[in-house]
Amino acid sequence: MRERIDFSDVTFRYQEDAPPVLKDVDFFIDKGEWVAIIGHNGSGKSTIAKLMNGLLFAESGDVSVDGSVIHTDNVWEIRKKVGMVFQNPDNQFVGTTVRDDIAFGMENHGVPREVMLEKVAEVLRDVQMESYEEHEPHRLSGGQKQRVAIAGVLAVAPDYMVLDEATAMLDPKGRQDILETVREVQEHSDLTLITITHDLREIVAADRVIVMNEGEVWFEGTPREVFAHKDALSTIGLDVPFVAKLTQEMKKHGISFDREPLNHEEMVEELWNLHSTK
Amino acid sequence: MELTFNEVTFIYSPGTPFEFKALEDLSMHVPSGSYTAVIGHTGSGKSTLIQHVNALLQPTEGSVQVGDFVMEAGKKNKNLRSLREKTGIVFQYPEHQLFEETVEKDIAFGPKNFGVEQKEIEERVTNALEAVQLTEDVREKSPFDLSGGQMRRVAIAGVLAMKPKVLVLDEPTAGLDPRGQKEMMEMFYTLHEREGLTTVLVTHSMEDALTYADDVVILNDGKKFMEGKPLEVFKRKEELKQVQLDVPEVLEFLEKVEKRTGISINYEKQPIAELAKELAFRLERRDDYE
Repeated sequence: MRERIDFSDVTFRYQEDAPPVLKDVDFFIDKGEWVAIIGHNGSGKSTIAKLMNGLLFAESGDVSVDGSVIHTDNVWEIRKKVGMVFQNPDNQFVGTTVRDDIAFGMENHGVPREVMLEKVAEVLRDVQMESYEEHEPHRLSGGQKQRVAIAGVLAVAPDYMVLDEATAMLDPKGRQDILETVREVQEHSDLTLITITHDLREIVAADRVIVMNEGEVWFEGTPREVFAHKDALSTIGLDVPFVAKLTQEMKKHGISFDREPLNHEEMVEELWNLHSTK
Repeated sequence: MELTFNEVTFIYSPGTPFEFKALEDLSMHVPSGSYTAVIGHTGSGKSTLIQHVNALLQPTEGSVQVGDFVMEAGKKNKNLRSLREKTGIVFQYPEHQLFEETVEKDIAFGPKNFGVEQKEIEERVTNALEAVQLTEDVREKSPFDLSGGQMRRVAIAGVLAMKPKVLVLDEPTAGLDPRGQKEMMEMFYTLHEREGLTTVLVTHSMEDALTYADDVVILNDGKKFMEGKPLEVFKRKEELKQVQLDVPEVLEFLEKVEKRTGISINYEKQPIAELAKELAFRLERRDDYE
């Protein structure tokens, strides 16, 4: 059995008489990977997230986690494996203190108290919020709230963590902090990350990108491969990084690059090489 | 309509343990018909500032002037109604404030409250729908059956139906996808130009400030940290770093290019295609470098 999340020919609609939001969607995410799922609003991204841990069920086709197809009987097992962080940090708190809030998920999964206390401290360290155990979640900043939400998910030790536009409501600094936190956590564990996002930085940081359009998988590849399709991406309403745009435009003027640059540093090096070999 | 803040200080819950100074000695002037971007981090005082524009908050010290309406610390405000008629504020996630059964009723709610005549209201609804680029067929629909982006447009149409002279936008593109963001910013800019509005944009996006604003004000800890023309302000990279703000990506990139290759390109808001051409040309020619 492969350890992975597998979508095979998944179709889904919210209402019987409505058109499907997902049409024969087929992809997998291997354990340990970081996959970004992108697409404009209404392309079906968030529906995918909700199918991954049994908040929604496929109309036809199967969604399976580590070989088990998700259905109503095993949904609690699945949710232990697949954790979710949503967009609006205010909608996901239940505890009156940060500690209680993080403990809530573990209580639901029947973790003994001593283990729980230790775990709370550990996950708060992971998200750099260790001095906030006694704080009220509602009084934290947006970025801090999302870090607590992430800690709450980590506490249950899932194999897969889905971030559904989890940084969309944060300011640029808050976004960057979350991204770094997540990256660090992933580095010292074999957590699989699935980020559903519009944020270009988040996309560039991923190992692989799945591009959704009108309920179908439109493209799959590395960030470099995806952003090489600048014009096609913009026709489906997506943005590409500044560097990718500039690269494409420079090609029109006969400049060729050894490899598609993805960030400033790579681009500046390419320019330097071109400049010095002239 | 011009907008002036004179040494405004605002303190939340003064005299209590929760006392918090959100604005301190803030002065700024927004000329009539101009487009000003206010930038700052969460907690820098941006939201407090905009709530002064239509007197939802009153300064603890100092005064705020909007057109000929003056609001001073410690003085009771008269004629708030006419101030609020002229200042439209689009708050964050304005679609959360929709409540009526139909799009039409929701847009008409404001003008109706201000006693505008029915015939005039209908006209305004039509114009507001057109201004936010929604089609007539949404008129009778429930706003809650629309997509997120359309709902936001309905909420904005409700503000526009008041025919404001000053339009304050608090992060109007938050949560939209990239295409939605661009369309929304273009829409506001068109309105700004066409209606001769005085626009204040509260944003985190340096790119938007650079693209659309005539002037930029940077707030930090409730104080004005910098102000000026966008290109001038964004040249002061080190100072911006002190308040954890980045310069727009294009400026940062061009600086790196210059450092590494010696090719210096003067940025004057030229589009990417033109930048690419200039860069390609300079690479080929090698110019006077070396």
